Amino acid sequence: MSDNKDKNAKEPVLEVKDLRLHYFTSKGVVKALDGVSFRLDPGEALGLVGESGCGKTTTGVALLNMPSPPGRIVSGSIKVGGVEIVGMEEQELRRTVRWSRISMVFQGAMNCLTPVYTIRDLMLETWRVHDDAERPDLPKVEALMRKYLALVGLPEHVLGRYPHELSGGMKQRVVIAMALFLEPQVIVMDEPTTALDVIVQAQILNLIKDLKAERGISYIFITHDLAVEAEVADRIMVMYAGKAAEIGTNEQIFGEAGPAHPYTRKLLASTPRIKSRVSELAFIPGSPPDLVDPPPGCRFAPRCEFAKPKCHEAEPPFGEIESGHFAACWKAMEDPEYERN
Amino acid sequence: MSAIETGAAPAAAAPAADASAVLELQDLRREFRVHRGKSVVRAVDGVSLKVARGEILGLVGESGCGKTTIGKLVMKLIAPTGGRILRKGEDCTDLDRAATEAYRRRVQMIFQDPYASMNPHYKIRDVLEEPLLIHRVGGSRAERAALAEEVMAKVKMTPAAEFLDRHPHMLSGGQRQRIATARTLILKPELIVADEPVSMIDLSTRAEILHLLKTLQGDMELSFLYITHDISTARYFTDRIAVMYLGRIVEIGAQDEVIDHPRHPYTRALIEAVCEPVPGRVGVKRALNVTGEIPSATAVPSGCRFHTRCCYAKEECASLPEPELQDSGGGHLCACRRWKEI
Repeated sequence: MSDNKDKNAKEPVLEVKDLRLHYFTSKGVVKALDGVSFRLDPGEALGLVGESGCGKTTTGVALLNMPSPPGRIVSGSIKVGGVEIVGMEEQELRRTVRWSRISMVFQGAMNCLTPVYTIRDLMLETWRVHDDAERPDLPKVEALMRKYLALVGLPEHVLGRYPHELSGGMKQRVVIAMALFLEPQVIVMDEPTTALDVIVQAQILNLIKDLKAERGISYIFITHDLAVEAEVADRIMVMYAGKAAEIGTNEQIFGEAGPAHPYTRKLLASTPRIKSRVSELAFIPGSPPDLVDPPPGCRFAPRCEFAKPKCHEAEPPFGEIESGHFAACWKAMEDPEYERN
Repeated sequence: MSAIETGAAPAAAAPAADASAVLELQDLRREFRVHRGKSVVRAVDGVSLKVARGEILGLVGESGCGKTTIGKLVMKLIAPTGGRILRKGEDCTDLDRAATEAYRRRVQMIFQDPYASMNPHYKIRDVLEEPLLIHRVGGSRAERAALAEEVMAKVKMTPAAEFLDRHPHMLSGGQRQRIATARTLILKPELIVADEPVSMIDLSTRAEILHLLKTLQGDMELSFLYITHDISTARYFTDRIAVMYLGRIVEIGAQDEVIDHPRHPYTRALIEAVCEPVPGRVGVKRALNVTGEIPSATAVPSGCRFHTRCCYAKEECASLPEPELQDSGGGHLCACRRWKEI
């Protein structure tokens, strides 16, 4: 990742530039995403992390150009495999982009599987909705289903089962197989392990690690839990109030030097650790700003212990602290070594 | 710290009660009949534990292990099908209506979901005063208002006047959980059953709530039964930890003993499965040493109930009777025959 030449040589599978998605509500325009840019290289895993309401799920659904009403992408660009999808017709998106180029594991999807469909019916429906062909080539679809169920560690007979006959971990595996089996270039996973028990969560994370190592899948992993990102993401984008606060490699965020943005630092300090002993967990006083009328300057300034008058007045640019490590913070830019421990 | 717990002894003579314990469960059981009585869910299947005055006991386990059922039993929301519940040595298993009410003044609960546990039509003032009205505490309106303000200060919601006339929807999840805490404190209880009090709160405020609960525990000599699936928050909050599996306690001991030197293979797996925010973990798979998921409580495996998932299980684990909790030193109990070998 640190090698710039190598990075430029590779064509990104996903490129997002200055994306803005607003919700037009009766209470005003909620600027849920207010200028977010990032890229994802082939075989790479990018983590999106932040508190609830920071825009991580909104980013996820925006990547498939399916904002939930009253949301609308107001500006910016999303290129999946070089194809611009902002402004594309709904029909075309469904036929040529969603699932064939980019798919998504929705938050809580394992509990939303239609109870009267078998797993085979559910997967077939996914194929019908997203494939160009008039009639599905059944033997081919069936073969793909079996291949991907095996890949997520499920036996073949699951195809004939109904969702209620499967355990939580198995349903989550089915949902992951459904995101994989049309062989998209990018998979967006929104909190795929949050509703699961710790041991099952670890099993699913092991599966995702296998898929990455063996199949080279590229994915965006959305979670509120930094500790989970440490397991599955090559690079991490920390979001705060509709903007990227920091982007860095796994080592830059979790390594000894620690992250650059005061928000990321606090988030990391508030993440419990079981093996290393830390006497006290940190917390961040206050709550995130109202996105109808965000504060001028840095959006984190009202909760930041390092905030100076400048922070409340001028919005910090997304500056490069070191190679491949960006943060939107005046303090981090002027004094990158501040109080790092 | 309380004395040694006895394993679930099915003996006819009930073990002697410990008058110093704020809560004592003796071989507590709760079965549910399902499928028109054709099968029986053994949700809590012989649990014995004690909570000392001023102690925080963490009850940790996966979903379906019976930890929430224990919470409900302790709150007397449901009745046990076996065993005893004692408060300060007094049997509180079967109480009449008046005695139950008196019991609940001393034992209060914080619920998981701060969005669902408050009446949306109520103002915060009403939320806090409702327990006073139910328990006929605080005669006059002014007296109740004073009590409400007092507990608001305790949970650091100040100035109280700013919040008392608001409705729950105007507060954040963290603020609501403070109100939920204040609502329990207003009756000056001895024991608080906290069922996943922070699992629905953002990570950035989670520590703030736990910190508050811990401060209150110290200041007011409160005891807590902290029910959670998250052993990593238990490390920061509890004095002792009890690990539950399929209706039974498989390990119990001082918090740092259980986490730093886990004995039972299930506890080991629970700890191994926790993610750590440290570098160099991408692509490194975890050796979990357990397989599959928790079996149904309608068909509890024979012998050691964990043997079907345990990678260390031998034939004897399935054929011999279920292992009891044994003291492995210093009040650290473990229900595994083979913990020394693995």
